[in-house]
Amino acid sequence: MAAPAPALPRGSQAVFEGKMLNYKGNWKGSVVSSVLEPVLFLAAMGISLGTLVDQGGRLNQGVDYLVFLAPGLLAATAMQTATFESTYPIMGALKWHKTFEGILSTPVKVRDLVTGHLLFILFRLVTTLAVFLAVMGAFGALELPLGLLALPAAVLTGLAFAAPVAAFAAWVQNDAGFAALLRFGIVPMFLFSGTFFPVDQLPGVLQPVAYATPLWHGVSLTRGLALGDLDGSVALINVTCLVALVGLGVWLARRQFAQRLVI
Amino acid sequence: MIEPASLTQDAAVDNRDAFEVGPGVEELVWARGLRKTFGDFTAVDGIDISVRRGEAFGFLGPNGAGKSSTMRMIGAVSPATEGRLRILGRDPVTDGPAIRARLGVVPQTDNLDQELTVRENLLIYGRYFGIPRAQIRARAAELLDFVQLTERADDLVEPLSGGMKRRLTIARSLINEPEMLLLDEPTTGLDPQARHALWDRLFRLKQRGVTLVLTTHYMDEAEQLCDRLVVMDKGRIAAEGSPAELIGTYSTREVLELRFPAGENEAHAGGLADLADRIEVLPDRLLLYTDDGDAAATAVVERGLHPASVLVRRSSLEDVFLRLTGRSLVD
Repeated sequence: MAAPAPALPRGSQAVFEGKMLNYKGNWKGSVVSSVLEPVLFLAAMGISLGTLVDQGGRLNQGVDYLVFLAPGLLAATAMQTATFESTYPIMGALKWHKTFEGILSTPVKVRDLVTGHLLFILFRLVTTLAVFLAVMGAFGALELPLGLLALPAAVLTGLAFAAPVAAFAAWVQNDAGFAALLRFGIVPMFLFSGTFFPVDQLPGVLQPVAYATPLWHGVSLTRGLALGDLDGSVALINVTCLVALVGLGVWLARRQFAQRLVI
Repeated sequence: MIEPASLTQDAAVDNRDAFEVGPGVEELVWARGLRKTFGDFTAVDGIDISVRRGEAFGFLGPNGAGKSSTMRMIGAVSPATEGRLRILGRDPVTDGPAIRARLGVVPQTDNLDQELTVRENLLIYGRYFGIPRAQIRARAAELLDFVQLTERADDLVEPLSGGMKRRLTIARSLINEPEMLLLDEPTTGLDPQARHALWDRLFRLKQRGVTLVLTTHYMDEAEQLCDRLVVMDKGRIAAEGSPAELIGTYSTREVLELRFPAGENEAHAGGLADLADRIEVLPDRLLLYTDDGDAAATAVVERGLHPASVLVRRSSLEDVFLRLTGRSLVD
């Protein structure tokens, strides 16, 4: 009983192990897509479209479009990876296969489920984004060594989505909610939150909306670190917002998981 | 109140002292006034239960009687709305994880990880209990042998038959060597071979001293497995005792079943009422509850009646069940 508290509670570690055991079955596919996606995006948008953009000379950041775009895509990829891992797998375990129910019949607690799940997403983010960063390097779109700091920034961006989306997944009754989340949340953010062009190019009324999105904070921080032109006070706001989202998301996810599972 | 034989004299005294405030030392489940409501719906409506170490205890009842809700409360996963509950002597509100560490749970619907192999399901489940990997590995091999799944150990779960999945779920529930096993309708949906195979495994567990708590709506299962059971209906306990006690209390020793041509059954009932303790009219037959079925059958013929068929049988738990919970469908 009086054993010293381990750094991680045993329950969340076991939940993480369980997710890894599942992942073992399909890691090959996920590695292929995590290499292929940045290659395709950077080639199509960064190089082909980028040539046009650079000729127009409207970017005003003093860098090639490819270099501007790459960290934005890195943050957006973090959002997408985290959102995917927090939607269908959660609903599946909660509702379709009821594996969460089986896990909660053991000493594992609801909070362990949430933590273990986020630990797994952390692993997925770090590996996927590291691959992305390597591809960026191959495209010559990465300043070394400073650009490596973009990795933790993008990981934080991913977690800021992982936790609230997990709460959302435990809140909606079926996967129609995920279609709505993609259509009205993820896709508009992907397009308009600074990934492809600076938000100050949006019509004036839309700018505050874009600045309020979590992805903008992620893109702003990631790009600032990658390009080495970080504005300290903006970065502080970015980090504060992202960390707050992680905290709020964890709180909501615990609450929502308990509401669905402890009845 | 019959004291369990295993109690020593001292423990029995303790037990009497503690009777109103908590469980006796050998009472693994102790519930008083246990209630569970979901909004306006009352699933469990104030029940008292005592399950003693080493016994097989059954909850018998129609669908919606509150069996599964009760099981989830005993499993320390569902908080009681009202009443006092102690499992393994502990309070599930404060000691949930510690209680669950010593329980095995076989849920009504299998919740195995379909994407993992048979063996992996056991390995990861053991990890949820914090058991070291090497120890789980050895135990998993034994358990797969116990439930006759060794040959399928490295196959995925998804294509397994219902009976195999059920056996795997039982193996999984034993990975932590539980003191008490909770089985919610363990054999529903299985073919007769699979049911008998499962009963055999459960019986062996009981012989090893594992306390079994199960729900069922199969009378033969209850008679096969349970030392003691409660019949639940509409969230309450309608009767309690061993299968034999229940039959003795709520039914007669034998039942005489008479089939008259369609439509005539009801008409004959009045004239035969004096031959039985109780008579029940069904659309296709009459049931005469009596201690001597043969004598009643002779009397029927002596009255000049000629039923299309005459059957004398022993009373079963099913007669008790139907008497207590009625014949109408519950859904």
